[in-house]
Amino acid sequence: MTVTAGLKHHKELNEELKAAFAKAKSVTLKDVNGQRYIGCGVRGDYKIDIYGTPGNDLAAYMDGLTINVNGNVQDAAGNTMNNGTIIIHGRAGDALGYAMRNGAIYVETDVGYRCGIHMKEYKDAKPAIVIGGCAGAFLGEYMAGGTLVLLGLNRKNDDSLVGSYFGTGMHGGVIYVRGNVPEHRLAKEVTSFECSGEDMEQIARYVKNYCTYFGVSYDEVMSEKFLRISPRSKRPYGDMYAHI
Amino acid sequence: MNFKNPEFEIVRNKDKCISCGACARQCSYEAHIIDPDTGELKAEDMNCVACHRCVVICPTRAITIKKHEMTYRENANWTAAYINQINRQADTGGVLLSGMGNPQPYPIYWDRMLLNASQVTNPSIDPLREPMETRTFIGAKPEKIELDAKGRLITRMPPNVELQMPIMFSAMSFGSISLNAQKSLAAAAKACGTLFNTGEGGLHSDLFQYADNAVVQVASGRFGVHKDYLDKSRIIEIKIGQGAKPGIGGHLPGVKIDEEVSRTRMIPLGADAISPAPHHDIYSIEDLRQLIYSLKEATEYQKPVAVKIAAVHNSAAIASGIARAGADIIVLDGFRGGTGAAPTRIRDNVGIPIELALAAVDERLRSESLRNRVSLVAAGSFRNSADIFKAIAIGADAVYIASSALIALGCHMCQQCHTGKCNWGIATQRADLVKRLNPEIMAERAANLLKAWNHEIKEMLGGMGINAIDSLRGNRLMLRGVGLNEKELSILGIKHAGE
Repeated sequence: MTVTAGLKHHKELNEELKAAFAKAKSVTLKDVNGQRYIGCGVRGDYKIDIYGTPGNDLAAYMDGLTINVNGNVQDAAGNTMNNGTIIIHGRAGDALGYAMRNGAIYVETDVGYRCGIHMKEYKDAKPAIVIGGCAGAFLGEYMAGGTLVLLGLNRKNDDSLVGSYFGTGMHGGVIYVRGNVPEHRLAKEVTSFECSGEDMEQIARYVKNYCTYFGVSYDEVMSEKFLRISPRSKRPYGDMYAHI
Repeated sequence: MNFKNPEFEIVRNKDKCISCGACARQCSYEAHIIDPDTGELKAEDMNCVACHRCVVICPTRAITIKKHEMTYRENANWTAAYINQINRQADTGGVLLSGMGNPQPYPIYWDRMLLNASQVTNPSIDPLREPMETRTFIGAKPEKIELDAKGRLITRMPPNVELQMPIMFSAMSFGSISLNAQKSLAAAAKACGTLFNTGEGGLHSDLFQYADNAVVQVASGRFGVHKDYLDKSRIIEIKIGQGAKPGIGGHLPGVKIDEEVSRTRMIPLGADAISPAPHHDIYSIEDLRQLIYSLKEATEYQKPVAVKIAAVHNSAAIASGIARAGADIIVLDGFRGGTGAAPTRIRDNVGIPIELALAAVDERLRSESLRNRVSLVAAGSFRNSADIFKAIAIGADAVYIASSALIALGCHMCQQCHTGKCNWGIATQRADLVKRLNPEIMAERAANLLKAWNHEIKEMLGGMGINAIDSLRGNRLMLRGVGLNEKELSILGIKHAGE
């Protein structure tokens, strides 16, 4: 089933989208022009195939859908997302996956500032974001759980793999980086390690998906070394206070 | 060596004491101890916080807690409190942390305003015999109402919530307070036809039955925010700030994150729950609008969305922006509002009194013809029904109470919420302490308080010859200032007594 977004207001578009779900499990959204909140608060195992550029808060609070975006996404996609998958054939704006709780987001190229901040996990609910290109500053800020994978593919020589304040305030979860991160980029709350066999199994799983979605050679991606970045403590500010 | 002096002295009347040891068993601060060798009861004054649990539990009322006579040389500048705090920081190098609201002697404007009453020309009304309306609807109101030829409503009303009284329980998260304390407030809210507020701690499954009475909060940490949480509510409240700690976030220490708190917040066991100071998807009024509408979209425009801010210097301009951003309710939290934990310096020095902020915000919204677009809820230390009455006369639609509700649940204002050792079972997650708070009994006490205050509001309305709370709202002519200067009177928008 196809819904054409055109210049419709987001409210109207979302109403049409929800009506379409009553008839079909899979909906193609055509001619999207920055409409916000697509799939916001929707629960179920529906699929949305998006053509054009979805606006901010794509899939906010979403629970279980699979969204395929044939292009870039704007800011705060996957905001407080509960579950589901977003596959972005392009780049993502700022605050991707803010406070995301489960599910996965795959981005073919780069992400903006504050990607994956405040991601958290609880028991089996472990969110993941896989970034094919580079990331802006504050990647994984306040991160409390889940996995970020940063591949840095197709990087030009002067591109920085990751911006400043990388992992600042991080107190849970793990970030895997393909290549090297200069020490000065790492926030004081995190440390980098060599990857263990278990880490490599995790990485392989995400990279396989990435390569399938975007048609990239798995062996080539895995040919370079990965680093594991994890928090020093799950209570980074535990000693900061004095009770009176 | 501890340089600090004890603040309180535990006095045990030997004639009355029957050495039952209840005080020692009850004191989580270990101020009462049983000597392991002699079996004798002893007191450790240094540990006493004056929570009065022992005083109340002692079967013979043998215990008195006194201000300790140990004193420093008198000095109006270097008070004992400052000397003790410096020693605490010299010991630990830590940022001072406190519980409850700002205790400093700043002016309390409620106490400088007096109410009007009818005499001769406009007869007063007796609420015992005549109908008196305190029902309150909160949410955006339309510009105008259109009716069809048969008098039926054509205008599509924005979502409004009906409250049986203009008083709600303010945000207190599961984590900062116990589940039993939350249950008590939820049940009291249901019994009284009003709302309680989850704070930023998710909604425990035991409270799903109170969904129709729940305000659920969405704050910067987004703890426990998911579709069911948003659906199981009457109002969704975006928390930008809190009166006790404007401009900063919160750290719920990992030691308080037990199995239940972890499940409700959907975060790992024992890890700090960090709420950043800002929402990192909100850097402007336009961004705030984005979050407001994401919540409206997620709940199909069925629920009012509130935005809570701390009362700060430019609240009026911010409130104007919030109204334009599409919020249905603005919550203003004054600098005396309580907290489970706040850095002491922030709590005691940041923010402004709710009375002044409320007057300024109401005035600004009126002057910009925005007042009907939002309901205004005031918070930040309402000690009695007259404070609430005065807030409504200044312009509030309703108020939030929290500290007073906790007092109804047993709180004795010892201000130790941040330690997690609350002997009353309120601000703690320790199972042995939490079970001391019986939710059924405490729900009744909290409901009693609301009913009593609601009745007092009706009495005050009746005395003015007014029979509906709507006629009081923003009716500043019913207020007169006492001992206030011209500037204060002009900000409050009231005349001086005698004028």
